[in-house]
Amino acid sequence: MTDRIALEGTLPVGAIDTRASGWWAMIFVVCTEAALFGYLLFSYFYLAVQPHAPGTFPEGGTPSLALALPNTIILLTSSVAVGWAQFNIQRDDSLRLIIGLAVAVALGVVFLIVQYFEWAQKPFTLSSTAYSSLYFVITGFHMMHVVVGVGVLATVLVWSALGYFNRVRYAPIHIGALYWHFVDAVWLAVFFTLYITPLLGLRA
Amino acid sequence: MTISDYTRAPSVGTEQPELAARLQKIWETAPGIGGWLSTVDHKEIGLRYIVTAFAFLILGGVEALVFRLQLSWSDRHLLNPEQYDQLFTMHGMTMIFLYAGPVLSGFSNYLWPLLLGARDMALPRLNALSYWIYLFAGIFLYAAFAIGFGPNDGWFNYVPLAARAYNGGPNIDFYALGMILLGISTTVGAVNFVVTFMRMRAPGMSINRVPILIWGTLTASMANIFAIPAVSLAFFLLWMDRNVGTHFFDTAGGGGSAMLWQHLFWMFGHPWVYAIVLPAMGMVSDGLPVFCRRPLVGYSAVALATVATMVLGFGVWVHHMFATGLPNISLSFFSAASIIIAVPSAVGVFAWLATIWTGRPVFTTPFLFFASFILLFTIGGVSGFMTGSVPVDWQLTDTYFVVAHIHYVLIGINVFPVAGAIYFWFPKFTGRMLDERLGRWNFWTMFVGFNLGFFPMHISGLLGMPRRVYTYAEGMGWDWLNLITTLGSFVFAAGVLMLIWNVLKSVRSGAIAGDNPWDAPTLEWATSSPPPPYNFVVIPTVQSRHPLWEDRLASRPDEARSHPHAGLVLEHGREAIGTDPLDAQPDIILKMPGDSYAPLVFAIAVTAIFIGLLLLAWWLVALAAVVTAATTVGWLWPERNLGETREPARD
Amino acid sequence: MAGASGAKASATLPLTWGVIGVSVAVMVIVAALLALAIWRRPGIALATRMAIGPDKGGTNFLWVGVGISTLALLATIVWTVKVLAEIGKPTVTPALTIEVTAHQWWWEVRYLDNDTRAIFTTANEIHIPTGTPVQFKLIGGDVIHSFWVPALAGKTDLIPGQTNEIWLEADKPGTYRGQCTEYCGLEHAKMAFVVVADTPRDFAAWRSHQIAPDVTPGGGVLASGAVYFGMKCGSCHAVRGSDAAGVLGPDLSHFATRQTIAAGVLANTPQNLSAWIDDPQGIKPGNLMQKPELSLEQRGQIVAYLETLK
Repeated sequence: MTDRIALEGTLPVGAIDTRASGWWAMIFVVCTEAALFGYLLFSYFYLAVQPHAPGTFPEGGTPSLALALPNTIILLTSSVAVGWAQFNIQRDDSLRLIIGLAVAVALGVVFLIVQYFEWAQKPFTLSSTAYSSLYFVITGFHMMHVVVGVGVLATVLVWSALGYFNRVRYAPIHIGALYWHFVDAVWLAVFFTLYITPLLGLRA
Repeated sequence: MTISDYTRAPSVGTEQPELAARLQKIWETAPGIGGWLSTVDHKEIGLRYIVTAFAFLILGGVEALVFRLQLSWSDRHLLNPEQYDQLFTMHGMTMIFLYAGPVLSGFSNYLWPLLLGARDMALPRLNALSYWIYLFAGIFLYAAFAIGFGPNDGWFNYVPLAARAYNGGPNIDFYALGMILLGISTTVGAVNFVVTFMRMRAPGMSINRVPILIWGTLTASMANIFAIPAVSLAFFLLWMDRNVGTHFFDTAGGGGSAMLWQHLFWMFGHPWVYAIVLPAMGMVSDGLPVFCRRPLVGYSAVALATVATMVLGFGVWVHHMFATGLPNISLSFFSAASIIIAVPSAVGVFAWLATIWTGRPVFTTPFLFFASFILLFTIGGVSGFMTGSVPVDWQLTDTYFVVAHIHYVLIGINVFPVAGAIYFWFPKFTGRMLDERLGRWNFWTMFVGFNLGFFPMHISGLLGMPRRVYTYAEGMGWDWLNLITTLGSFVFAAGVLMLIWNVLKSVRSGAIAGDNPWDAPTLEWATSSPPPPYNFVVIPTVQSRHPLWEDRLASRPDEARSHPHAGLVLEHGREAIGTDPLDAQPDIILKMPGDSYAPLVFAIAVTAIFIGLLLLAWWLVALAAVVTAATTVGWLWPERNLGETREPARD
Repeated sequence: MAGASGAKASATLPLTWGVIGVSVAVMVIVAALLALAIWRRPGIALATRMAIGPDKGGTNFLWVGVGISTLALLATIVWTVKVLAEIGKPTVTPALTIEVTAHQWWWEVRYLDNDTRAIFTTANEIHIPTGTPVQFKLIGGDVIHSFWVPALAGKTDLIPGQTNEIWLEADKPGTYRGQCTEYCGLEHAKMAFVVVADTPRDFAAWRSHQIAPDVTPGGGVLASGAVYFGMKCGSCHAVRGSDAAGVLGPDLSHFATRQTIAAGVLANTPQNLSAWIDDPQGIKPGNLMQKPELSLEQRGQIVAYLETLK
């Protein structure tokens, strides 16, 4: 009777590629995080279509792209760096893995610094109006995610430097990278909502 | 290193005593307090969930009994308005968030790996984490009540009543932060269930062979993954409004909106209602056929109806807001959606009825609970259908009619199945049977008490009695109905006490159960009662929905058979088999984590963050955040030999 | 619910009975099927390795049941949408608009008019003419409340930051009780009001009487009552024609014509009024009115004065 149970060949052991439980868990963590941003942006649009005095939504007029656009490119570039690192560990190239992750961490930090200046030059504060509350809370939520993402990448970078990974065992890199790609992708949604929709006419 | 270091062909075998002994050493939790605090065994965690949820059920029940005394007749003065407001809010919050959801998580935690033929949940440490956070969130919320500042604006907590201007105390800050903390627990648990469904089913258990309870908890978990962020965000924004002066819900000219709260709350709230009934309906779908001596009628239809209910459940949140002045076109749409969502419910009702009709009923206590559930579910369903019709809802909403509806839903579709499930699975949990004779008394007391208490509420509501009132004037014609309701609620409470008494009595002196006392068909009954820490000596192989009934069900003798007691042998440390999401073909040997303090430490640190936010003590928030991050890194730190360990686990 | 006395409530009533009928029918049918299913064959005792029925049959049961249910549901949707359209707009444009602002825990009622001199404010008692639709603007003054006169129409919320417009029509003269149905804090239970439907003639008379200011009494006990009222009550309450012009509490012009005090909590009698002034927190704990410092005699004079505001 055991013949029907027998397996053909062998099975991988441990947390291997996308068969690792952590990979699947991260997919659903990303789903719930994406929903969170969905509800944040829903709140933005919901309040945007309520009546406002002219020029108060967005507070201080249409937001400037001077820092936001380059910063968007910085963040997207970091995703490319992570992707390059992922590609290289599958070819057993630990050096390029480490370089890719290090570049991504550095770009993430640069993004945070630029965001700080973006915040600092706003003429309003968190508690000025509904718009200002939305602006700081949405970008603040995203910055929290960047901080966590940089932490994740830095941790994976340390583990890479300690030689934990090779072309078979790299699941933690892919899991961390999935989170980072999400943080970048969701920035595009945030950027579009806060910076582009007023240009398209969603303003008071 | 080569790839072959990371692969292995596991041997195939049958249950052998020496293998069982080896697995026992590998999987058992250390004795003593250390083991108790660090265990990741899903059975232990599941039982803790159930016991904790029942503790909250008792607290919430006592709260209700107190205010039922206040409402038993017009113009009573047992409670002042503030006391009443805290009691009814605590009651709702406790029952909905601290009992109804967690008790089902408890059953699913205990049962899922057993039903699926797995060694544990996919992420055992996260499982421990979700329990600890649930416990701490419950304590956090009750701490507010204990010091006299319990949440007091209803579980739905509408703004601006819950804003600082109208509620200056810390009551709502406790509620907001406690709910976000609890949301973390629910989300972690939901992710764990979904991943377990995707990856941990026994070889051969394709998705059309999983028990309906799995479908129920799976859809509930998917709903939670997408719905919990709405309520967590709403509470976070409210906390910001109250403490740092943002304007999200500010209706005094700051550009905020009171309606934004309602949208966010009910976008969560309605899916949540289904999340706390679908797993319970799954228990009935799996348990009832055992006592009808035939498989469930319409398995695929019921499974699809479960999923359909959840999907539609995301599109009906506005029916909680029919009276808020929305345009007619939007009302018509949401009214239609709210009525049509009854179709998948009808699938369930007729499937259960047909199962009894075409089967041979065995009159046991679980059967009584499961069968009576069909009627209570129908009553709760049709009253929901009535309020789905907008003009009728305008008359019924916010009256006792809706109180009756929500209790038929939550007690009828959650508490009754849960009580039945306790009678059904208690033998598996403990190895002993509950007392059947006491069980009959228990059932009839609960059934009579419940209907006596809650059915008259429909009539109070039709007579115009508004809900959430701490008193009412004489001469409104509501006195006698309320007196009956109060009497019924005490009878019902006595029934719940009988259940608890039966459990306490039988856990020591109940009849010995054996592996499969009900002659049931699913895998949890293939292992011993209670199951060993590793669940199954060898990994079962599944070829049908009813592995233990196959020899009596097979239409063709050459049909492939399941093997509950023969299959893959995994004994190189804590290991489980990972299978692919659709067909459940093995594709990996998973190394499962050992017991760990990390979940407990993490939960304490996260709770400390919320205590810091409550006290606005930023140093504590920062410190706790650092501890949380450090714990996470330590928790996830990879092991050098995560690949193949050739030698069997150290003794 | 039971006695519908207005156009909207009357239009809703058949639908309500309809869905109740469907619901009761479903309940009875399911209960009967369940009872039959359980008792049509003798139950068997539990044993080991019992016979198992085949994994087929019963699906017709399922599809017939679901099919019939679906038809009933679809019919209800059609009926619902029809009634909704019917009660959405009145057949004639309302001539009268009343603005109702809900406060914790009372109702401010303002009769709007193009002529600003004809605008007046009252509280907790709404008079409308019968046989004609009346427009209502509903405003949330602080938190969310809900406006419900069961005999006339269903509920509509009063939400701060938005104005909800509804219409009501009463068929016949009478007094219809209404109350707040959205939980609004401590005294949500004690936030009632009445809608008094008068014949158009009576309504016109009532309205012109309300527009006129109250006459301040010339001397004696009543005059000193008016003085004490101005001193002790006037910062919150207004009486048109006197110096009292507070806006925090209900406008008390023509107070003696009202049926209730404290938002439907007490009948408007001198005894009740005196008791209310003596201990507002005992009767309605948490409400904004604090016990004024008055001697028994002063309180009596204020009560006597208020009773003259006809």
